[in-house]
Amino acid sequence: MDFFLQLLVNGICIGFLYGISAMGFVMIFKSSSVVNFAHGELLAAGAFLFLALVTWANLPVPAAFLLTLAGTFILGFVIERLFLRPLIGEPLIEVVMLTIGLASILKGAMLLIWGGNLHNYPDFLPEGLGLHFGAVSIPPVYTTSILISILFLLLFGLFFKFSSQGIYMRSVADNQTAALSLGVHVKKVFALSWAIAALVAGMSGIVLGIINGINVHELSAIGLKVFPVVILGGLDSIGGAIIGGLIIGLLETFTGGYISTSLRDVIPYIALVVILLIRPYGLFGLVEIERV
Amino acid sequence: MRDLKFHPCGNYRESYREELTVFETDFGRLWMALGLAVLFGVVPWTTSPYMLYVINTIGIMAIAAIGLNILIGSTGLISLGHGAFFGVGAYAAGVLASSWNVPIYLAVPAAGIITALTGMIFGIPSGRLKGLYLAIATLAGQFIIEYVLVHWEDVTQGTMGITLPDPSILGVSLRGDRPFFFVIFIVLAAMTWMAVNIMRTRFGRAFVAIRDNDRAAEGMGIPVFPYKLLSFGISSFYAGIAGAIWAFYMISITAEPFTMMMSVEFIAMVIIGGLGSISGSILGAVFITMLNETLRWVTDILMNAGGLAGLELTLAPLRELAFGLAIVLFILFEPKGLAEIWRVVRSSFRLWPFSY
Amino acid sequence: MDSDILLQLNNITVVYSDVIQVLRGVSLAVRERQIVSLLGSNGAGKTTTLKAVSGLLKPENGKVTDGTISYEDKTVQNLSPEEITRKGIIQVLEGRQPFKYLTVEENLKVGTATRWGKPYRKDLEMVYNYFPRLKERRKNLAGYCSGGELQMLVMGRALMAHPKLLLLDEPSLGLAPLVVQEIFRIIVKINEEQQTTIVLVEQNASMALGIAHYGYVMENGKIVMEGRAGDLQKNPDIKEFYLGMGAAGAKSYKDVKAYKRRKRWL
Repeated sequence: MDFFLQLLVNGICIGFLYGISAMGFVMIFKSSSVVNFAHGELLAAGAFLFLALVTWANLPVPAAFLLTLAGTFILGFVIERLFLRPLIGEPLIEVVMLTIGLASILKGAMLLIWGGNLHNYPDFLPEGLGLHFGAVSIPPVYTTSILISILFLLLFGLFFKFSSQGIYMRSVADNQTAALSLGVHVKKVFALSWAIAALVAGMSGIVLGIINGINVHELSAIGLKVFPVVILGGLDSIGGAIIGGLIIGLLETFTGGYISTSLRDVIPYIALVVILLIRPYGLFGLVEIERV
Repeated sequence: MRDLKFHPCGNYRESYREELTVFETDFGRLWMALGLAVLFGVVPWTTSPYMLYVINTIGIMAIAAIGLNILIGSTGLISLGHGAFFGVGAYAAGVLASSWNVPIYLAVPAAGIITALTGMIFGIPSGRLKGLYLAIATLAGQFIIEYVLVHWEDVTQGTMGITLPDPSILGVSLRGDRPFFFVIFIVLAAMTWMAVNIMRTRFGRAFVAIRDNDRAAEGMGIPVFPYKLLSFGISSFYAGIAGAIWAFYMISITAEPFTMMMSVEFIAMVIIGGLGSISGSILGAVFITMLNETLRWVTDILMNAGGLAGLELTLAPLRELAFGLAIVLFILFEPKGLAEIWRVVRSSFRLWPFSY
Repeated sequence: MDSDILLQLNNITVVYSDVIQVLRGVSLAVRERQIVSLLGSNGAGKTTTLKAVSGLLKPENGKVTDGTISYEDKTVQNLSPEEITRKGIIQVLEGRQPFKYLTVEENLKVGTATRWGKPYRKDLEMVYNYFPRLKERRKNLAGYCSGGELQMLVMGRALMAHPKLLLLDEPSLGLAPLVVQEIFRIIVKINEEQQTTIVLVEQNASMALGIAHYGYVMENGKIVMEGRAGDLQKNPDIKEFYLGMGAAGAKSYKDVKAYKRRKRWL
């Protein structure tokens, strides 16, 4: 029973992480219909930037955190401006390949700078954040990560609901022509959604780095794991991303705990294929209406 | 003997048969014959073993790339699992040859068929999905196949890998680069011929119709789902054949190379070569393989150049970087790929000095 | 030129995808604070004319290749929609295109995009004054509103931008006659109270000429007739072709003549 509870807790924690990692992905897809295969590399970029600021530049953690967010924000902006804007209106395969190429570039660059080894952040989390319920314990990294994710989820919920930029972003996602006719800067919205998505990705990268250590290959693999999560949740629903993340997280930890650890990494994809066969547009996605 | 055909100065075709012709002029046939003669008569006898190895790799990759191009370029279905299908072909050949002593000339086609069936299984989601969702489903296929290759130990021997026996045809041993050169390029020629001709039949035309608008294609009476499956089958058949030859060529195989990265390389060949162009896929295979080899060469030089020794420069990251750059630059600046560049160059020669 | 001309189209040609010519030399002038209606059958080029003005040709791969569009004595052809909307030209698209997953009030907020960061409470009140129905439904998702409410919503949304020139594309499309009357009443009210110049594209010719000051008739990408709305209403050809009030009774012989007259137009 304790084992079960511990797995449950771990699953929820990991699920939350997947959920927030997927959030950025959904944001880009929702506003500009671009599928970002470089999402894992954006996670890694955030994690490494934070590492560099903390260890090389010796900045205090909060300052480094804020600077990392700013850096990834700019990175997302630059990526959109340089690579994706010329492709507006091009076929899907080219956009997919472009983000795959981008993933390669980012990954290669990070491997050149930091190598493929595992890096670790210095310990900076206070021990007091860990929680214990009988035999079940939640390590401080997990509580922090859940707190951060909930905080960001709330922030983005408020942003999209109430701020004018948030409303513009939703309006572009909803009906691009109508948004254009009202003078919404659609390209600015695309750029902003990339910037925000990269920021969210950077943040999740840091959290993932705190938990598992930072490694280019692992973080970019998590970027691909975003796909089962978003397919489960529906590609265009931010709330769905969190739920999808939780489901995948639980599925993974329980498979790892009760069946086999090697199956753990594949089970999300098996679930993905099953879901696609049963409900092609995800559990919470909108069914698109197509006409010839 | 009929009259020689030259380039007409306009479109004078009068029947559909003429539209379908492979060679517009007799010079096309001539160049083709000359090219094949040089390929088989000169290349294997004059190049160094290393170059021959590179050329053989290009040939194998080209077979698989042509297959992927039928799927992506002609039918418009994106597959991110081609590398895994290549692996299935390699393993199928490996198991057949090592456990049942099946000779190469049977093992390769059998591997192709096994892979085609596998591909069709993973093509089933295409009945309901398209575009992005299908791409993601094939991505899942990639990971699932990878897992099976490593963990189905009774058959694939897990991480140990499989060692293949010496292949031979009619008692002639095929060990070494030169005999394999003939195997690979005869197969490549046959597979190219097959691909060109598939595209001229009702199947090819149905594929293109599905690519351009699957709903409309369905409205015109094309059974979309069976054709999509067929396209998956054909494309994986190519991957399987290529994988099987590769397995025989490499002697021992493990599941390591058949990753997502390999799938991406295949897509890159198709994109860089030119979507929907068969000659483009071959050019793409040349480009990507040469890129890999050049990078290896450059890193070797840099590693040996003293001073940099402390930097611990390794091949993998540089390769990733250059590879990504190549893809991105091609998509941004020449989205139609090498085939388009080749066409422009050729027609500017043909039309010189009057460029219109 | 008269100083009170707000918008002038000078012999413009519009081409889609570099090959499909849709407008072939359209000239028209819109005076300040007037309602100008643009009539014509389907495919005559009315919507394209509006899009040429508002800059929305660009996303559809269309382009003004010839002629000039001047607005407040500055040329505006082929500017981006972002720039044009900021000059005060707002188009209300054909077929009511709300943001379905936003609430009514959020839809209205998007209308303030051209004036980012400015207060909008007063404008909301203004719009709710014109369209009291919207106030009742302001927390609802726009996707669940009825056709009439949506038409009010998209017009209200455009009003939020304080347009000087409002381009209305078929506001009566698919609405019940009573609702159409209400919409047209509000259009007149907006024109009088907000001093907004309005270009009205309509199929419902009698309603449109009823409220307009001036009218243009388009056929096959050209203006074939223009005049004060009152004069147009009396014109026998207009009566017959657009108002459906052909002299009843007179048959065969007259039909031939009418056919010839109509041919002359095309």
